[in-house]
Amino acid sequence: MSNMTLPNMILLGTRKGTIIFDRINASWQPRPIMHAGVPVCYVTRDPRDGTLWASLDHGHWGPKLSRSRDNGATWQDITSLKYPNGARYIVKYLPTPDFNPESPSALPEYANAAVLKIWNIAFGNANQPGKLYAGTIPGGLFVSDDGGDSWELNRPLWNHHSRGGDLFSGDATSENCWNGTPASIDYGVFEPGIHSIAVDPRNPEHMYVSVSTAGVIETTDGGKNWHSRNQGMLNDYMPNPESEWGHDPHFVTYCSGQPDHLWQQNHCGVFYSDDGAKRWKKVSMPDVGVNFGFPIVADAKDGRTAWVVPAQADSERMAINGGLSIARTNDGGQSWQSFRDGLPQENAYDIVLRHGLDASGDYLCFGSTSGNVYLSEDRGETWQSLGHNFPPIYSVRFG
Amino acid sequence: MTRVEMTQHLYRFFPQFKNQLITVPAGSVAEVLHAVNEIAPGFTDYVLDENGALRRHVNLSINNTMVIDKIKLSDRVPEDGTVYIFQSLSGG
Repeated sequence: MSNMTLPNMILLGTRKGTIIFDRINASWQPRPIMHAGVPVCYVTRDPRDGTLWASLDHGHWGPKLSRSRDNGATWQDITSLKYPNGARYIVKYLPTPDFNPESPSALPEYANAAVLKIWNIAFGNANQPGKLYAGTIPGGLFVSDDGGDSWELNRPLWNHHSRGGDLFSGDATSENCWNGTPASIDYGVFEPGIHSIAVDPRNPEHMYVSVSTAGVIETTDGGKNWHSRNQGMLNDYMPNPESEWGHDPHFVTYCSGQPDHLWQQNHCGVFYSDDGAKRWKKVSMPDVGVNFGFPIVADAKDGRTAWVVPAQADSERMAINGGLSIARTNDGGQSWQSFRDGLPQENAYDIVLRHGLDASGDYLCFGSTSGNVYLSEDRGETWQSLGHNFPPIYSVRFG
Repeated sequence: MTRVEMTQHLYRFFPQFKNQLITVPAGSVAEVLHAVNEIAPGFTDYVLDENGALRRHVNLSINNTMVIDKIKLSDRVPEDGTVYIFQSLSGG
């Protein structure tokens, strides 16, 4: 066991609400559901002040953030996260069979942005109280400096040349390289979105955000300028697999103790960088199933250690051969070990979504869209179930 | 004055409307909703998006007639009319 503080909570965002497990003595006990009946796509705890945050997808009433300052006893909807007047983006159309690429025309078509989903919530550094980030669909990075009471869209990223330039002031001056996300029919939203936000613990002016169907984007000056960081990425299904844009990271994260070590589970494999995303290296190992999946987590101390939950690719998005496993590398992806002890090995069709796996010290936890939650206390080697009848699970985070 | 009736689902966020008769000055649907928002700040955030358009899974009618303009909400509500706000049905 490492000497890290043990986590006290597991926070689940589910199709039917927020479920919090408390660690009481040596066991984990779920509380009654919160936000009952409301789809909750992400729940997390601010390590600086203990505030809990949930991203709600009210089916009828629109996406909202919800905040709890009393450890989950009461929650308040926050409606201040909105695109400013004039925030436009170039529409990408779903490639359905009836879509005619000749019509309406090859010219860009513009839409006024409205928040379709608040996909990720992240926090500033310890010396930045009240600094919060939220990643949305369509592709906005929002920043709050007052604990979430007010939010501002990061305009340099919204107006980036990779998505047509400053559409507040006029029409496109460059090509839009952010594509759409044909995600699941019951939960997906087609517009490109920001699902991963990583703030450098050494320097909060340095951040990475990641966009499905665009790639990894870095700022080193607090969000004034942004640069693609997709060198070494291979996108099998693109005409140019090494293109600067158009990559589809499912989740991107780093080692908090060695932030130059980044990991991503991509549509086309697992990728690792040990130089701050200057260059990515494909480290998939299809022989042990490490090739496709959504979540990835890095160890907090050792940048070469990471875990994935392998799945069948594309055409069959489910556990491989009916059995659940987790794979770990301790050497920067040169080798992977597969662990199954305590996980079902038959009739398992679970898929774990991009925010559905987390680690805290030696603890790991994941939840699937089949409503199953599994916990490991020994770095992924053995597992126990925390329950099998939960709603479809969208996110798992230790608190 | 125009009456406003709403689905009880909205009482979850605006309990002050429960069992209350809501009346506001007549006008366009947009004006009626913003008048309700004056009574209960934040109300329009649930029914409209940030562009002022009706959310996709929300329905509005004036008496028995569904509103036509869901983008700018320019339909006129008569002085003795009632605006009904209800959610579209959706799956499990």
